[in-house]
Amino acid sequence: MADIQNYTLNFGPQHPAAHGVLRLVLELDGEVVVRADPHIGLLHRATEKLAEQKTWLQSVPYMDRLDYTSMLVNEHPYVMAIEKLLGIEVPLRAQYIRVMFDEITRIHNHLLSIGTQALDVGAMTMVLYTFREREDIIDILEATTGARMHGAYYRPGGVYRDLPDRMPRYEVNKFKNAKTVKELNAAREGSLLDFVEDFADRFPGNCDDYETLLTDNRIWKQRLVDIGIVSPERALQLGFTGPMLRGSGIEWDLRRKQPYEVYEHLEFDIPVGVNGDCYDRYLVRMEEMRQSSRIIKQCVAWLRQHPGPVITDNHKVAPPSREKMKGSMEELIHHFKLFTEGIHVPAGEVYAGIEHAKGEFGVYLISDGANKPYRMKLRSAAFTHLSAMDEMARGHMIADAVTIIGTMDIVFGDVDR
Amino acid sequence: MSAKLERLCQNLHSVLGERVGSLVTALGEVTLVVTAADYLAVARTLRDHPDLRFEQLIDLCGVDYASYGEVSAPAGVAAERANRFAAVSQLLSLSHNWRLRLRVFAEDGAFPVVDSVTSIWNSADWFEREAFDLFGIMFRGHADLRRILTDYGFIGHPFRKDFPISGYVEMTYDPEQKRVVYQPVSIAPREVTPRIIREQNYGNTDRG
Repeated sequence: MADIQNYTLNFGPQHPAAHGVLRLVLELDGEVVVRADPHIGLLHRATEKLAEQKTWLQSVPYMDRLDYTSMLVNEHPYVMAIEKLLGIEVPLRAQYIRVMFDEITRIHNHLLSIGTQALDVGAMTMVLYTFREREDIIDILEATTGARMHGAYYRPGGVYRDLPDRMPRYEVNKFKNAKTVKELNAAREGSLLDFVEDFADRFPGNCDDYETLLTDNRIWKQRLVDIGIVSPERALQLGFTGPMLRGSGIEWDLRRKQPYEVYEHLEFDIPVGVNGDCYDRYLVRMEEMRQSSRIIKQCVAWLRQHPGPVITDNHKVAPPSREKMKGSMEELIHHFKLFTEGIHVPAGEVYAGIEHAKGEFGVYLISDGANKPYRMKLRSAAFTHLSAMDEMARGHMIADAVTIIGTMDIVFGDVDR
Repeated sequence: MSAKLERLCQNLHSVLGERVGSLVTALGEVTLVVTAADYLAVARTLRDHPDLRFEQLIDLCGVDYASYGEVSAPAGVAAERANRFAAVSQLLSLSHNWRLRLRVFAEDGAFPVVDSVTSIWNSADWFEREAFDLFGIMFRGHADLRRILTDYGFIGHPFRKDFPISGYVEMTYDPEQKRVVYQPVSIAPREVTPRIIREQNYGNTDRG
């Protein structure tokens, strides 16, 4: 009999199911994966090194570009870490705005994650529906931050500006007649908060639609159930956080266990899986989206009743208003110093971690008292999850490798930094 | 300092005893520094002792202290001083719900070596590969210490303070050889905003 050898297969770096530039070297025995060796770093931009050359404020936009499917929430631990080092208070309204956008981007992330995972395993329709709702979220971000994706909205001490009073509307053109425009604008007649509330109200209904497409779908279950099982003990050993950890049955959510900002005042439930397979992690993500829309509604209700400042009035950290700056010498100096030299952060080190859509996203900052960080380390959940690829894929069929990449919810901006 | 952190510090002192190099609580976080010789044993105790029980290694990173507190990065080859490189890990205990930062300095600045904790926390695998790749810290006992983020065949350790931000080589396509070639960088180094360290309390936020 001929001697049969294992053969290696190169998956990526350019493969639509690799969720970016992942080169996965798979050693196969027939169709069974014997060893999976992910080669990462093809999107490495040395964000941490670049941040050492920039003032504290100039690095905020880099954070959006890490995990480009959940943009604003990336900025959160970075500004939180700086605030912790500076020891400044953030206005309550800014905290609610941040929490609201954290949850909006969480939905945004999960929509993309579930949509593309379904696409990878062969369900084309799902991604079309999830991207429909994603478009509304991007519109919310655009109205608030001015950018559809890379918002650069959070600042040390608060957020850049208050929520807009008016939601941008569609106009009649040669592609859209008056009737279509009227329908499209139905939810956009009021302020941004009205639109967000409308979105949060109808979103659980959208989730029901997604569930009819996937949850009891025979093919979906055949592809996900019992694939990539991780026991709770292994999940802890492998450093899993977020939905990956909760899918394995460990109830651990930083929003509840180590509450930051205003999460302790908000009501929400933490979904937990049972079997630790891909299907459970899908169910966890689905329920998290419903819980996020619950949190968004509570934030909207609070924000409606409590107008106020959205950034600290400490002008050593946040710039004074344009109006004040034009009229007062001291404010002019503050403005000038802030945008030329930047904030001076006291020497020390701090770690700020938050519950990101993918898991725990943390920023470890070392300051030596200069106007730039001495060292910044970004702890991204996807990096740790991908390092478990070998263990999760071993013994599965080659087609399941795609499912496992999908369930890890990896984004290469985040993995490679 | 909250009661919880106080309890953590007490537990650390009573369990680790003399192996505690320094224990600092600042900004609501506890930092433990141990010597390279004790590192592995301390890490195992931190995970297994019922009063500590740090089940998860959240993060591990290398730090280069070559120019800490100085305005400019060292010119040329940095002074190979002891305690130049450190491996810093963030530990999390789910059962006690507390965190700890563990720092170990590599004794030799010219050839930094520390023990690998992959056998204690498997999640350290890629973190240690990253610290090796970017800082050149060798992890003794790591089964697969390869480069992870930089290019195949990359030379040097890019996150060291004496490594220029623009690097040493750039890659272009050579139409005559019909392939990509490496050549020395043509970018002139520049600093848009200079790095400044002011005297203590310069930007004191208490004064508004």
